[in-house]
Amino acid sequence: MSRDAIISFQDVSKSFGKVKAVDGVNFEINRGEFFSLLGPSGCGKTTLLRMVAGFEMPDSGEVFIDGQPMSAIPPNQRPVNMVFQNYAIFPHMDVRGNISFGMRKSGLSKVELNRRIDEILELIKLQGFGKRGADELSGGQRQRVALARALIKQPKVLLLDEPLGALDKKLREQMQIELRLLQQQLGITFLFVTHDQEEALTLSDRIAVMSEGHVKEIASPAQLYENPGSRFVADFIGSMNFFKGEVVDSNKKHLRITSDTIGDIVVPESDTKYNVKYPVWIAIRPEKLQPVFSEPDDLSHVMEGQMGPSAYLGDRSHFYVHLAKREEPVLVALQNLDRSNDLLRKPNQRVWLKWSIEAVVVLPRD
Amino acid sequence: MKSNHPWWKPDGLLIYAILYLVFIYLPVLFLPLFSFNNSTYITFPLKDFTLKWYAKMINSPGLLEALFNSIKVGLLVAIFSTILGLLAAKSVTRYRFKGRGPLVSFIMIPLVIPEIILAISLLILISQANIPLSLWTIGFSHLLLCIPFSMLILISRMEGFDKSLEEAALDLGENPWMTFWRVTFPIVLPGIVASLLLTFTISFDEFVLAFFLSSTDATLPIYIWSSLRFPTKIPAILALGASIFVISFFVVTFAEWVRRRGVKLESTSGI
Repeated sequence: MSRDAIISFQDVSKSFGKVKAVDGVNFEINRGEFFSLLGPSGCGKTTLLRMVAGFEMPDSGEVFIDGQPMSAIPPNQRPVNMVFQNYAIFPHMDVRGNISFGMRKSGLSKVELNRRIDEILELIKLQGFGKRGADELSGGQRQRVALARALIKQPKVLLLDEPLGALDKKLREQMQIELRLLQQQLGITFLFVTHDQEEALTLSDRIAVMSEGHVKEIASPAQLYENPGSRFVADFIGSMNFFKGEVVDSNKKHLRITSDTIGDIVVPESDTKYNVKYPVWIAIRPEKLQPVFSEPDDLSHVMEGQMGPSAYLGDRSHFYVHLAKREEPVLVALQNLDRSNDLLRKPNQRVWLKWSIEAVVVLPRD
Repeated sequence: MKSNHPWWKPDGLLIYAILYLVFIYLPVLFLPLFSFNNSTYITFPLKDFTLKWYAKMINSPGLLEALFNSIKVGLLVAIFSTILGLLAAKSVTRYRFKGRGPLVSFIMIPLVIPEIILAISLLILISQANIPLSLWTIGFSHLLLCIPFSMLILISRMEGFDKSLEEAALDLGENPWMTFWRVTFPIVLPGIVASLLLTFTISFDEFVLAFFLSSTDATLPIYIWSSLRFPTKIPAILALGASIFVISFFVVTFAEWVRRRGVKLESTSGI
């Protein structure tokens, strides 16, 4: 275990009946990090979080917090605190009652405790709300109280279980920024569970992408988006066009790949070593395809097709392009840089999609 | 709710509601009425106003003894059935275990068994076991009858509140016992009050089981039943009935006040 690790999962598995919720998970979370567990529902991310909190026990393996094995330690004695998905604000207490709930055994004098509560109310911008009851708070305010109630305990790790899921989009974006600032200000490790990939990208230092009880990949947001390690991760984070290809030649520096749909390409050799004949995916993000509506002079790194259905999304537009040799249309995303969107009004128009070799990600296909 | 219907032209629903209330409360109101009537016979026209039946009630040892017996049994039954019902409701709503469904139905069966069957079978069992009949046997049978009611009330209350509240209390450093007292109990309190009231009432006016399982110590319903043979005793029973009616009114009002207070805020100043 590295010295920087505040949480360490070692061979952790957990089943519910016949379902393996978490299957042999091994990784570490560093001190002071904003770490997200990202995956579709049922991927085991919440189970993993609840194991750190102590509400679930691993069937095998061990969770370490700050170097200490946790299996014999009940939830009320662990140095972590949690913000619940529905906030779990105590309905029979006011805001101050909720925030001071965990401080009964803190040994602080009443004056000192009140000072702390005032401090934390200021931190979460709820000054003057101390006497409000739980039912007099909006969703965003409840979320802040849940945050304050956990933070006043000064946990080694703050656990957040999809805390922004119930808020509307505007408020959610605002809370994302506040959460990130708060984490940087306090320097506490945040372990954040979400199924919203955009949220994970916005907030995290590192993200663990999970699927069916396994951790597929752990990396920084930019790394995951621009250089994903598998088709699952590439597909789950953002949108991606995949083209079937096969390695025809590989030397130390370059990889030559042939593909029915986009022709032969040469890409720099990546960390993964590919043998000749190896089946691969050639992956290109929709925003990295540039549409032009007259035939370009240079036809290398160009796909030709016909405009299909399109969608106007305000800041950008999405449209599908049908290629001659490919059943599945290609998704293209275009920033709406000026106010005209005429190109979207011409279905069946011929279109050429230009791309650069730096935009291509090569992934193993099996 | 505002109705634009003029009150002097009531609609059918209003007439129905008034008839309904009259049907329920008119007979009950005869009790206080005749309890102040200076006549042994319960019949119109009314005679003079008198308090002598109340004096007679206070001075009839058999009646007061039966009343206190009923209160004793009722309180014990209410408390024990609510405690047992609370524990059962907690385990049924908070833990998943094999045979949970059948177990709950099994506990609920006394709700649908005719009381007379229950009474006879208990009497056979108790006399076979050579246990002397007493207030204890009545209390035991009432407990059997009341636990399903307590469970029904408390299960619905426990299911209505979020399990993560208890988890949050654990997460914030409280042990399971303090979590119960600081979170579960205050939230379930209205259900507990309802259960205490209902089970006390059931035990207080239960007749069949008490009749089969009592010895010389009578409960109030048995005393009233046996008094019906002596017309002179009836006005004192009317006085008692009227008193109980007034007392229950205050008890229910108090309970409702507790219930409303229960959902109000707990302040920080206590910490």
